[in-house]
Amino acid sequence: MNYVRGLQCRECRAAYPVSPRAICEECFGPLEVTYDYEALRRESGPGSIVARGRSMWRYRELLPVEGAEILGLEVGYTPLVRATRLAERLGVDNLFIKNDAVNFPTLSFKDRVVSVALTKAREFGMTTVGCASTGNLANAVAAQGVRHGFDTCVLVPEDLEAAKIVGTTVYGARLVGVRGDYDQVNRLCSQIADRFGWGIVNVNLRPFYGEGSKTVGFEIAEQSGWKRPANLVCCMAGGSLLTKIGKAFDELALLGWIEGPKTKLYGAQATGCNPIVTAVKDGTGEIRPVKARTIARSLAIGNPADGHYAARAIKESGGWAEDVTDAEMVDGIRLLAETEGIFTETAGGVTVAAARKLIASGRIPRDQTTVLVITGNGLKTTDALASTAPVYPVIEPRLDAFERAIECTGRVSPGVPPSSGRIREDVLLSSGRSAPAAPLSSGRAL
Amino acid sequence: MPIQVRIPSVLRRQTDGAESVALEAKTLGELLDGLESRYEGLRGKLRGPRGEIRRFVNIYVNDNDVRLLDGSTTPVADGDEVTIIPAVAGG
Repeated sequence: MNYVRGLQCRECRAAYPVSPRAICEECFGPLEVTYDYEALRRESGPGSIVARGRSMWRYRELLPVEGAEILGLEVGYTPLVRATRLAERLGVDNLFIKNDAVNFPTLSFKDRVVSVALTKAREFGMTTVGCASTGNLANAVAAQGVRHGFDTCVLVPEDLEAAKIVGTTVYGARLVGVRGDYDQVNRLCSQIADRFGWGIVNVNLRPFYGEGSKTVGFEIAEQSGWKRPANLVCCMAGGSLLTKIGKAFDELALLGWIEGPKTKLYGAQATGCNPIVTAVKDGTGEIRPVKARTIARSLAIGNPADGHYAARAIKESGGWAEDVTDAEMVDGIRLLAETEGIFTETAGGVTVAAARKLIASGRIPRDQTTVLVITGNGLKTTDALASTAPVYPVIEPRLDAFERAIECTGRVSPGVPPSSGRIREDVLLSSGRSAPAAPLSSGRAL
Repeated sequence: MPIQVRIPSVLRRQTDGAESVALEAKTLGELLDGLESRYEGLRGKLRGPRGEIRRFVNIYVNDNDVRLLDGSTTPVADGDEVTIIPAVAGG
């Protein structure tokens, strides 16, 4: 059953048929997919969902696909993890992690948006797909594009993290590095979509692509027993994910699948690239572009075109926004790893660190349920931790050497520098500091 | 040598299909005035009632976003390339 009505401009409400376009010809505003909610309310419900396969496509009525063929049937339905130890550290009663660091197939939430975009590209008869990306999207487009038989061309800023480059080229996708920042790459892709007619997932397929983000919200609601959380914290690059999670909860409420008060949305950015946080805090909701300067590359969008909507969604929900320094972000990565065994990338570190600040300042009430959305995997951004490389003993393969090492390091908690533990001076400790991205140990023997 | 203005496909209906338009001006504001008087259909598309560049319109002088320069008062000179691109959100 198909409930898609068409496309509509978010600004002037001009209507368009379903087609590969993202921009209103009248006012340049972004186009959004519209659905027949009346029919959806009559004909669908949680009951029809539960028996389906565990992937984001269990909510297909609320996704903008019209054909029978779905590309990426295995994507999504990532764990919602109760985070007791992190809750204790942050001083809240009920905390959950939505863990898209283990999304299929490329370990970030971008697998969701790409699955929808490629399904539409196939419907539209496109044979070449591509994207402008800060890394995660590149990986997702490369893996899924190649797998589903598209010619795939991905554009990234030339100085991206090595893991994200390898995680794109390994699939055989064409990769083009661009001398410039993400905003410049995105601009070029906009011109490429114009000239070549390719399916650029975040440009001319954007209205469909963006809808894939809603599935994070659908899953959180279902995994919470068809309830929405009181508070939700999510990192923001363009701000689209947070906006779409809010939309997902609103749709479920509109359809009568969930009840209760609106979720307060909290947005997180790095201080070196915080135009949406600024727009929330100064009360204008207007985005003033910045030149991005942060190690959180996946959040480094200085001129977020959807930023205005994210600021508005945050404000209307009664939430707030916060930014964190690169050092706080690294602490956030470690904190999540040490408490919950989840290794997130820089963007997730931003989310955790911002949540910590928002809780400490009282913006997030301590006695309510809060969900942190973790969007990507730490193995892609190990460089970010190079400056605080772990210190650990390297020994000869003999039991006595091991006993000596354990005696020396036994009371040292992981991640705590040796100066605060009880380390004997005669034990040599190893540090990976000199060789980022290399194996962490290059030390000498005891 | 005049200033070249690159027109995105979404606006080419208003420019009789022209992809590129050559104009002379001293500031970006003047340039847009000239563009709008040549193609009346563009009036109101790029700038709002108070002359401000619309939220979803990005304009670049050579490679630089005019919002990071001086907006409508950004100086332009012969040989510059001005690119109009609809704002597209990130990924």
